Amino acid sequence: MNVRLYFWQRLTAALMAPLVLVHVAVIFYATRNGMSAADILGRTRGSVVWASFYGSFVAAVAIHAAIGVRNVLVEWSPINERHAGIFATVFGCCLLVLGLRAVAAVALP
Amino acid sequence: MTSGRLAHRSNLLWLAALVHRLSGLALAIFLPLHFLTLGLAINGEARLESFLRWTDAPLVKLAESGLVFLLLVHMLGGVRLLVLENLDWRDGQKELATLAAALSAVVAFIFLARVF
Repeated sequence: MNVRLYFWQRLTAALMAPLVLVHVAVIFYATRNGMSAADILGRTRGSVVWASFYGSFVAAVAIHAAIGVRNVLVEWSPINERHAGIFATVFGCCLLVLGLRAVAAVALP
Repeated sequence: MTSGRLAHRSNLLWLAALVHRLSGLALAIFLPLHFLTLGLAINGEARLESFLRWTDAPLVKLAESGLVFLLLVHMLGGVRLLVLENLDWRDGQKELATLAAALSAVVAFIFLARVF
């Protein structure tokens, strides 16, 4: 892993640590009486705060996971660095698109 | 010779690194499915609701508590690494790694007890 990737992986990790704690707290809160779509969407639809929170989370996780997957492929598979980089970039872009789509689905009014 | 080469695998911090990597890999596999599920709400509340009713199954709840464990153990393991790399060295890394895993397991177990 080069210095640039190392920097971005650590930066996104530091950004996500508090986001994960809040997310786990939300999971506990959301499941207190069983989850329902009405409950979830009632909280998130039209909320700029939740859209920003989960939008940031998605952007950070897409970068972090892509770099992590690249590292695993380089170290644990016969794939060379270039192909691992291409796969990881495609994977990260897919995560970003699917994640932002999910945020839009639950946050847009 | 082989046992010598593999001796590091009995080290708790090697195990912590393996858990960190495997939990990250499992979360990376899970995330697209998680996003696709939430994306069901694009087609209306009913689609998401019908999926959520499927998650009431006991096995799914068990899997969810496993995911809570993976998320926490990956995050806490990552925080330990960030502290290790960026702050002054402190002893007790094996204890910290054990604490991270134990705390994650306790929270996941509390989650499991609440959803059942």
